[in-house]
Amino acid sequence: MTSAEKQLPPIFPHRHLLGIEGLSAADITALLDLADTYVEQNRQVDKKGSVLRGRTQINLFFEASTRTQSSFELAGKRLGADVMNMSVGSSSVKKGETLIDTAVTLNAMHPDLIIIRHASSGAVELLSQKVSCSVVNAGDGAHEHPTQALLDALTIRRRKGRIEGLTVAICGDILHSRVARSNILLLGAMGARVRVIAPPTLLPRGIDRFGVEVFHDMRKGLEGCDIVMMLRLQLERMSGSYVPSQREYFHYFGLDYEKLGHAKPDALIMHPGPMNRGVEIDSAVADDINRSVIREQVEMGVAVRMAVLDALARNLPNELRL
Amino acid sequence: MSRTAFINARLVDPASGLDERGNLLVADGKIADLGPNLFSDGIPDDAEIVDCRGHILSPGLIDCRVFTGEPGAEHRETLRTASLAAAAGGVTTLIVMPNTHPVIDDVALVDFIERRARDTGIVHIHPMAALTKGLSGAEMTEIGLLKEAGAVAFTDGDHAVANAQVMRRAMSYAGHFGALIVQHAEVPELATGVMNDSELASRLGLSGIPAIAETIMIERDLRLLETTGGRYHVAQISCAASVEIIRRARGNGLKVTCGVSAAHLALNENDIRGYRTFFKVSPPLRSEDDRKALVAGLADGTIDIIVSGHNPQDADAKRHPFAEAAFGAIGLETLLPASLALVHNGDVPLTRLLGALTFAPADLLGLQTGRLAAGLPADLVLIDMGMPWVVEAAKLRSTSKNTPFEDRRVQGRALRTMVGGRTVHVHGDGGH
Repeated sequence: MTSAEKQLPPIFPHRHLLGIEGLSAADITALLDLADTYVEQNRQVDKKGSVLRGRTQINLFFEASTRTQSSFELAGKRLGADVMNMSVGSSSVKKGETLIDTAVTLNAMHPDLIIIRHASSGAVELLSQKVSCSVVNAGDGAHEHPTQALLDALTIRRRKGRIEGLTVAICGDILHSRVARSNILLLGAMGARVRVIAPPTLLPRGIDRFGVEVFHDMRKGLEGCDIVMMLRLQLERMSGSYVPSQREYFHYFGLDYEKLGHAKPDALIMHPGPMNRGVEIDSAVADDINRSVIREQVEMGVAVRMAVLDALARNLPNELRL
Repeated sequence: MSRTAFINARLVDPASGLDERGNLLVADGKIADLGPNLFSDGIPDDAEIVDCRGHILSPGLIDCRVFTGEPGAEHRETLRTASLAAAAGGVTTLIVMPNTHPVIDDVALVDFIERRARDTGIVHIHPMAALTKGLSGAEMTEIGLLKEAGAVAFTDGDHAVANAQVMRRAMSYAGHFGALIVQHAEVPELATGVMNDSELASRLGLSGIPAIAETIMIERDLRLLETTGGRYHVAQISCAASVEIIRRARGNGLKVTCGVSAAHLALNENDIRGYRTFFKVSPPLRSEDDRKALVAGLADGTIDIIVSGHNPQDADAKRHPFAEAAFGAIGLETLLPASLALVHNGDVPLTRLLGALTFAPADLLGLQTGRLAAGLPADLVLIDMGMPWVVEAAKLRSTSKNTPFEDRRVQGRALRTMVGGRTVHVHGDGGH
């Protein structure tokens, strides 16, 4: 393969993907369009491409995540990159020290793409300032998780044919959720109407100024919705600190058929996973093949991440850096 | 001993409201005389002459809230380096906090600070002692003995005294000695976040410290003060609601005073954007509306003093994700220009502003300085109000470089700083 063949046209005017904030609707559309082609490629017998041939991708996960890490790993491998996984325990006392030292060490190995997850908001942005390659945020604290929002958008667009004009309800622990923040930004940028549904203790300060409608009553919030996006609620937050109990939470904010009946008849159910069955979502609802697109989200995840890696790699220098 | 004659000065004495052209003579470390007609019969032959060229000659600044690393963390700052920074910033007296290793909660440690200050410092340095042993918030220190040893006030520094019973007894006991209690007003259970609780915090995914963490603690302490008597000072207020609470309490005759940091007068939470950890301070920078209320509170006298809140943190403590980075910003060398910005903007009159940096803190702590008056120590600063400069962290004298004013254009500098008749800083001699 010659370098001329390898040089694909740039489609994404950013060096890193640190968040949805700062992306235009055109940027998002470009990534989704490219992801569509990868959905098809991934359904073929031969799934292997070569746009990342010769590139090195490092998955640097300071927070354990089987599903996101394997999705990024598969995405890189299907594009022909050499992928290395690094799981760094986040329990070490001097986390930040490890963070910057690790980044500088890895950077010396000349990676082309680093995928980072970290428990602290802003940690990925901090790291991106210390390396000379492209960085993808795979989730930083309660800040952003841009590839999750992109895969959700891709899932919605393929099922509904559009995003603009749809009403999307995001339900659950908005306060601690990077998925919610990225989705609010992306769906807003693409012209959807976004609602958030949660008890007041699980809503961040000033959420009403994020361009969303706020509901504390799930039935009212689901009224007329096209998409019901459920969020995971960590079990330790359900024993009196944010909500009194699992039982009470499920009673008012768990998704079951009765509450789902308030949404549009063809409303789709989404969840970023991993699910707490019987806590935020009824098992039967989660597995309903007519309504739930939760498994499809996982499939879209690989395609979206391939699109992101491809788009960022197109901006990488192809000549030797001296 | 030598004499110094300051001529062609703009004499500004905030305590008396004096602001006029004149001269000032220093002899034997003290202000000998001053006035427009001084030297009308000629300048004494043996005096060193300092031509002020119309610049402001003011009492030296008194900074009531300075953290150093001595003893225990000298890599961050020593009393000496803090005093060098102070002198360069026009600060002639600095008050150090007891948050060291070991904690300044014992007479021997007050003696240690005073000895080290005398031996190594170039400005006056006095300690505040801990209000509770080991800053534990549980048992009060030997307030009487510590005060006799030279502790100018009692505080747990950047720790709040959270236990209401402990604070109640401390106020009651300290009142008997006329000792001043200085509180870091923050309910710990509400202050678990890392920045102001706001829309911006939500967007950044950072946990918030609500203003009520501060106001509830102040309101509680004022209720205690009503029953115990004594003198109570809030180290640094940060929000509009606190200004209102203090204003009301004063109206009701309570002996409450409060301070604000120059950073809180100059900056707001928006400066944090991009997770800039040098703007992570305690109490947190709040909204622009809060900042404006603090400025108004300073202008109308509700806020008594301006402090730097100087808190040196080394790069390793700040090069972290925002939530994990240490709180604190240095401020000794930027105290004057950051404060003077309010005069340049027309928000606060010059004598009011300098008053909050000179005689007001002197009166609060009972220090014999802070005024231009014959017989007082010659603690003076010559200020060029208008001199523009750009803050460069590398040129600051503090050992730690965590300034939130890096690369900022500021206006106003200390041209010359004198402590007890000795010139300790002349602008242009090294550094900035």
